[in-house]
Amino acid sequence: MKTVQERSVPAPVSGPTQSLAVRISKRLSGSGRDFILDVAFEAGPGITILFGPSGAGKTTLLDGIAGLLTPDAGRIAVGDQVLLDYERGINLAIQQRRVGYVFQELALFPHLSAERNIAYGLARLGAAERQRRTDAMLQSFRIAHLHKRRPGEISGGERQRVALARALVTDPCLLLLDEPLAALDAPTKSKIIDDLRAWNQAHRIPILYVTHSRDEVFALGERVVVLEDGKITAQGTPHEVMRAPRQETVAQLAGFENIFDVHVTAAHEDRGTMTCRIAESDVELETPLVRAETGSALRVGIRAGDILLAIEHPQGLSARNVICGQIVWLEQRDVIVVARVNCGVEMEIHLTLAARDSLELRSGQEVWLVVKTHSCHLMAGNG
Amino acid sequence: MDWQAFWLTIRLAVLVTAILLVSGLPIAYWLAYSRWRWKFVAEAVVALPIVLPPTVLGFYVLLALGSRSPLGRWWQSLTGHTLAFTFTGLVIGSIIYSLPFAAQPIAASFALVDPKLISASAVLGASRLRTFFRVVLPLSLPGLVTGVALSFAHTMGEFGVVLMVGGNIPGVTRTVSIDIYDKVEALNYGSANQTALALLAICFVALCLVYGVNRRVWAWGPWK
Repeated sequence: MKTVQERSVPAPVSGPTQSLAVRISKRLSGSGRDFILDVAFEAGPGITILFGPSGAGKTTLLDGIAGLLTPDAGRIAVGDQVLLDYERGINLAIQQRRVGYVFQELALFPHLSAERNIAYGLARLGAAERQRRTDAMLQSFRIAHLHKRRPGEISGGERQRVALARALVTDPCLLLLDEPLAALDAPTKSKIIDDLRAWNQAHRIPILYVTHSRDEVFALGERVVVLEDGKITAQGTPHEVMRAPRQETVAQLAGFENIFDVHVTAAHEDRGTMTCRIAESDVELETPLVRAETGSALRVGIRAGDILLAIEHPQGLSARNVICGQIVWLEQRDVIVVARVNCGVEMEIHLTLAARDSLELRSGQEVWLVVKTHSCHLMAGNG
Repeated sequence: MDWQAFWLTIRLAVLVTAILLVSGLPIAYWLAYSRWRWKFVAEAVVALPIVLPPTVLGFYVLLALGSRSPLGRWWQSLTGHTLAFTFTGLVIGSIIYSLPFAAQPIAASFALVDPKLISASAVLGASRLRTFFRVVLPLSLPGLVTGVALSFAHTMGEFGVVLMVGGNIPGVTRTVSIDIYDKVEALNYGSANQTALALLAICFVALCLVYGVNRRVWAWGPWK
């Protein structure tokens, strides 16, 4: 496992803070394929992003922590409270774990009003206290006006708020969020996140936030744990994990539209760079120096947004890679233009609408691509 | 019209339905959620009365209740008389006969409840029992109504089992359907028609109630 060390996790504010410590393994067999989840990580108070492609085992991990699924071995603790410890024979029932869990599907009780959904976890309290806490939660999440409505009668964003309030009203020692905001538009999402952060200012519990969206990682994360095929492959701050991928799967997740097999043709130790040739082409790239033998196979990832496009051969640039090519096609996606350029290999380039219009770009046109040395991200080759 | 037979039949149907509702819940719950690998055997046993000729079912119930079976002997030592040809025996036979009509729709609606809701309830600290009464049962209301109405209507109209187990004792085991048969045997078609028509009406109303209420349940809860 290659790990990016964390450096900039904010220190807890004050008072007793709880950290989640998880070390579990679980083998799931079914449909001809064994899936093995085997993870160990810690998460301090605040939002920790659990990031990975679908099928990586994110939901399985959350289910294991909540107790909906029993791991084969391991230990789970929040602060001093041990939820599961195989060596000591501890395995708290789901009901006793005090874990808040917001499912991807939310799982609001369709026959109960928003208010009664929220009060559901407070059965052990007296009626007055239950009402007080429910009202406070309705206020905190700005859904007081919906208290008599059923889940089917409110909007998606409002349902998310009810689900969050229902999980948090029980005063959990840990909050698990399984892509709860995936279906929401950005403004609604960020308002809900703000309210969640405000709530957690006072409570300081660990929040595990599962997502497969790269944007959410940067928007929310203080810390990211990357899960792939049941294993943790990287953890650290979003910047560390997402900008410096070590493995191609992470690279794809991190949004490298261009990934090429390359061979190292020369290393320039004195300048801190290397020359690499893209496999099955004449294109040579100058890249940052990594520890690799001349002739060895690596992969290079270049973001489509990091490539400049010029209609004449550019002069006097600091960028070291200027490659001639021909536009294969152009396509507008939302507010960006995607250009596909053939320069021996095909590269994807993202442009603004204005850039396309002022350069009067069209298919078949000859263009030059400009790539900075440090926009070429090297990764281990495949195999 | 023979009001005695009518009154007896309604008493039987209400009692059987009530017992089936109470005993059908755990059976349906087990049928819906058990992961036992031999569960299909139990499912077949519960469904048997649907396909079995009532006379076959009635015959074996009669044997089981008679003074030669352990159950019959035990009952006789307890009360001094046999179960066969009594109202109690009729109730037992009818429960077995109508069990699938209560258990199957209820089990089907339990199985339709989203498992995520059950997980959510557990995570929120609710015991299995509380989850059952607060989440599973309310969301299974349509199946519950169907089960109750079907077992009521089915018990009202049963004939073969009643004849085998209960015989034809006025005020004790003579139900409406046997009363009709008697009247036809005696060529008393007019009287038979009156009773038959009443039974038809009752069963029709019961079924209307099922479908009507189920429709209404959908309209009450816009939750699916």
